[in-house]
Amino acid sequence: MSANAGHGAPQGTPRGRTANWIERRLPVFSTMEHFSQYPTPKNLNYWWNFGSIAGFVLVAMIVTGIVLAMHYTPHVDHAFNSVERIMRDVNYGWLIRYLHANGGAMFFLVVYIHLFRGLYYGSYKAPREIIWWLGIIILLLMMATAFMGYVLPWGQMSFWAAKVITNLFSAIPWVGESITTWLWGGFTVDNPTLNRFFSLHYLLPFVIVGVVVLHIAALHTVKSGNPLGVEAKTPKDTIPFHPYYTVKDLFGLGVFMLVWAFFVFYAPNFMGHPDNYIPADSLATPAHIVPEWYFLPYYAILRAFTADFFMYWPISWLITAKFAGVIAMFGSLLILFLMPWLDTSEVRSSRFRPIYKIFFWVFVIDTIILGYVGANAPDEVAHIALLGLFDFSTGLTWLTIGEITTFWYFFHFIILVPVIGRMERPRPLPHSISEPVLGGGAVGGGAAAQSRPGPMEKA
Amino acid sequence: MMRVRSIFLAGVVAVAGFAGTLPSSVMAAGDGVKAKSVDWSFYGPFGTFDRAQIKRGWKVYAKVCASCHGLKHVYYRHLLTIGIEPKAMKEMMTSRKMPMIDDAGDAVTRAAKLGDPITAPFANDVAAAKANNGKAPPDLSLIVKARGGGANYIYSLLTGYVTAAACEKEYKGSDGKPLKPESGQSCNTYFPGHIIAMAPPLASEGQVDYDEKGAPKATVSQMAMDVTAFLAWAAEPELEDRKRMGLRVMLFLLILTGLFFVIYRQVWRRVKH
Amino acid sequence: MAADDQAAHGTEGSDEHSRRDFLYIATGAFTAFGAAAVAWPLLDTLNPAADTLAASTVDVDLAPIKPGQRITVKYRGSPVFIDRRSKVQIEEARKVPLKDLQDPETDEARVHKGKDEWLVIVGVCTHLGCIPLGQTPGSKRGEFGGWFCPCHGSHYDTSGRIRKGPAPTNLPVPDYRFTSDTRIRLGEKPKEDTKAGS
Repeated sequence: MSANAGHGAPQGTPRGRTANWIERRLPVFSTMEHFSQYPTPKNLNYWWNFGSIAGFVLVAMIVTGIVLAMHYTPHVDHAFNSVERIMRDVNYGWLIRYLHANGGAMFFLVVYIHLFRGLYYGSYKAPREIIWWLGIIILLLMMATAFMGYVLPWGQMSFWAAKVITNLFSAIPWVGESITTWLWGGFTVDNPTLNRFFSLHYLLPFVIVGVVVLHIAALHTVKSGNPLGVEAKTPKDTIPFHPYYTVKDLFGLGVFMLVWAFFVFYAPNFMGHPDNYIPADSLATPAHIVPEWYFLPYYAILRAFTADFFMYWPISWLITAKFAGVIAMFGSLLILFLMPWLDTSEVRSSRFRPIYKIFFWVFVIDTIILGYVGANAPDEVAHIALLGLFDFSTGLTWLTIGEITTFWYFFHFIILVPVIGRMERPRPLPHSISEPVLGGGAVGGGAAAQSRPGPMEKA
Repeated sequence: MMRVRSIFLAGVVAVAGFAGTLPSSVMAAGDGVKAKSVDWSFYGPFGTFDRAQIKRGWKVYAKVCASCHGLKHVYYRHLLTIGIEPKAMKEMMTSRKMPMIDDAGDAVTRAAKLGDPITAPFANDVAAAKANNGKAPPDLSLIVKARGGGANYIYSLLTGYVTAAACEKEYKGSDGKPLKPESGQSCNTYFPGHIIAMAPPLASEGQVDYDEKGAPKATVSQMAMDVTAFLAWAAEPELEDRKRMGLRVMLFLLILTGLFFVIYRQVWRRVKH
Repeated sequence: MAADDQAAHGTEGSDEHSRRDFLYIATGAFTAFGAAAVAWPLLDTLNPAADTLAASTVDVDLAPIKPGQRITVKYRGSPVFIDRRSKVQIEEARKVPLKDLQDPETDEARVHKGKDEWLVIVGVCTHLGCIPLGQTPGSKRGEFGGWFCPCHGSHYDTSGRIRKGPAPTNLPVPDYRFTSDTRIRLGEKPKEDTKAGS
C-alpha cells in the first residue's frame, strides 16, 4: 500500500546504501519493484483471479503436505493406521489432513476455471503459446501428484485407483505388461508401489513450483492478456500490479478460502468416497469404483471405448478397445497443446466471436456431462436429477451418453474450433483497452468519454 | 450486465459440477432402499454429541457388538475424552488378552491398559474369520464414515432385519428367484443384496441395562440409535472441535474478505475499466 | 498510495485519509492474526501427539536383582537404571555434606522411604544426553563409584548425583511406585506416605 502506484522505471527508484549493496549482488529490490509495478491491463475481470489463487493453493498444499509427511508412514501395514493416528492423536492432525485432502480438490477446481478462462479469452494465442503449454504441463503434473497422493491413505479406493490407473499402461502393445510390472515393482500394487508413490508425491509439487516459475516468467515477458483480447498499447491501458491487483487478488483469495473452509469444517468427506475408510484389500474390489470428481470426465472418455466395434476386422487388427480408450483419455488432455494451431480465428476473445462463444458453452456443458457419466455405472439408464428438484429418465444408458459426449469433445477441438475460426465473422474490436469501440454493446459502454485521470497519469 | 451473466453462469457450472459427484457420495447403500432418517444431535453446523447417549452407546457396544467386532483405531484412553468412566471399561479391559513378552522371554498375555486399542476378542484375523463362517467381522472404528448414508445407514441396518418368510416374499436374488437365507444367514432390508452374515444383534428390549438416572427405555430402536451415535463419535472424534473451529474460521474469513473488498473498492475508485 | 493521493487530490479532507489508514491497519492486523492462527496448528502438530503423551507404565520385577547388581529397563524410549545398592554404597552416598554437591539433594530424597537399597534413576546424562557407563560390573564408574559419562566426562556418585564434570544436575528420579515388595511400576506417582524424601 505504499507509493509504488505512480513510480516510473525501476532503476530510477532511490534506495539506501545497504539496499544498493545488496541490489548489486542480488537484484532483490528491482525484482520486487518489477512485480509491484508490473503493468497490468486495467480491465481484468474476476476470472483473472484464479491464477493467483492457484499459486496460493499450491503453497498451502506443500506446507500442509510437509507436515503430514512428518506423521505418515509409507508402508502397507502402517499407512492406513498412521493416517488414523493423524486424525485422532496428532495435535490438529485432522485439520491439516482435511485441509490437504480438500485442498487437492480445490486446486483442481481453481485450475479448471483458470483453464476454461484461457479457452474463452484465447489466452493460448500468440504470443502466449508457451504460457499455455507450461500451464498444461502443470495440469498434467498436478494429475500425477493427485493420483499418487490419493493412494497414500491406503484405503480401498486408494488401492483400486492405483491398480486401475497403472493397468492403463498395460494397454500399450508389446511393452505394456513390462511397464506395469516396472511401475508396481512387483506382481501387483503393493508395498514397493506405495513407497515410490510417496516419494514421487513429495517430489512432484516442487517440480510444479519450477514450472509455475517458468509460467510466470513467460507471462511477464509477453504481459497479461485481458478480456478484450487487444494488447495493451499505451500506459493508459495498464495499471501497476500493486496495489490494484494485489488487493483484488486478496479479495478473491478471501472468497476462495471461505469455500475451502466450508468443505474442511462442515463437509470434509463430501468429495471423498466412503470406501476409502475401509483399509485396502487386494482380494475384493468395491462395488462402485469411482475416481475423484476432477478425474471423472477423463474416466468417462476412457470407458466410452467398448469392445463393440473394435472386435471386427480390420479395426480389431489395428487396435484394441482398451488401448483406444487409453489413447483417447490421454489425447483429451494432449489436444489442448494444439490449441494455438487449432484456433484459426484472428480474434482472441470470445466476446467478439458470437458463434464460437455459443460452442464454448456447449463444450463446458459437454465436459460436465462427461463428469456425470464418469460418476455413474455405464450400463444403467441415465436419470437426470438435481437435489430433488427434478428427475427424469433419458432412456439412454450412461455409456451411450458417454460415447456421444466423448465424440463431441473431440469434434469440438478437431472440427469446430478450426472451422468456426475460418467461417465466423467477428464483431468489431475496440482500438485499445481504454477506448472500446463505440456502440460495442456490453463492453464498458461510453468508457471512451471518460475524462477522470487514470492512476498512471498522476505520476 | 456481462459480469452478472458470467457470475450466474459460473454458479450454474459449479452447482452442476458438484451435483455430478452426488450419486456416489450421498446415495444410501442397499439396492436403492433409502435409509431411515434420524435427527442426530451431531448433524448440522452446530451439532454436538449427546454425552449420555454416547455412554449408553458404549454399553451397547461393550455388551453386544464387542463380542465379535473390534474398534482398533479407538483406544481406551480416547473414551475418557467423551466422559466414559474407567469403571465402565473395566470389564472389557480385563477380558481382553493383549500379547506381551514376559521376563522369561515367553509370549504371554496381559489385561488391556488405557493406552491400548479396543481390540476384537480374537487372537488374529484368521481366528476371527474361523469363528464367523469364514469372514472376519469388520472393525467398527470407521464404520459410520465407511458406509454411504453414514449413521442413518448403520441405524437402519441394525433395525432393518426381517424374517426369512418376509425375505422370500419381498426380495428376489440375482437369479430372479425369491431370496432365502441359509443357516447362519439373516435377511436385512437395508443391506446390499439383503442377505447378511450378521445375526440380528439387537433382538429384545432390555438386552442392555439402561440403569442410569433419566435413561430412556432400552427398546431395540433406542439401543440401535445409541450405539450408532457412539460409533459416529468413534469415527469422527474430532467432530465437535471441527465444527466449533469452523464457525470461528468462517466468521473471521467473512470479516477479512469484507475488509479486502472495501479496500479493493477504495483502491480502484478512480480506475475506469 | 495514501501519500500519493494526498499530493494529487489535496482537496480531499483528512477525515477520509484517517478512515482509509484505519482500514488498512485493521485489515493488516486481521491478516496478521489470521496468519498466526494458521501457523499455530501447523507448529503444534510437531508437539507430542496424544498417544505419545498418554500415560504409559512399565512393571519391573526386582526379585531377581542381587545386592550390588544394576539393571537397565527401557521406559519412554530412555534407559532407567535400577541399582540394588550395597550398605557401603548407601553410606558413601549419605556421608557427603550437601555443600560439596553441585546440585544439592540428599540421598534420602532420591529413594523411597524404607527402600533405601533401591535407587531408580533415568540413565541419561544431564549434560547432553549420552548414556553414562557403570551398569555392568567391569565398566568404568567414575571417581565416585556411581556412573561415568564417556562423552564429556561427567562423574555421578552412588546416588546418581553429579559430582564432577560438565553436567549441571543430578540424574533425575522418574515417577515410580512399589506395587509390592519386589515390584515397581514406572510411570505412576507414588502414594503420599512412601513418596521420596518424606
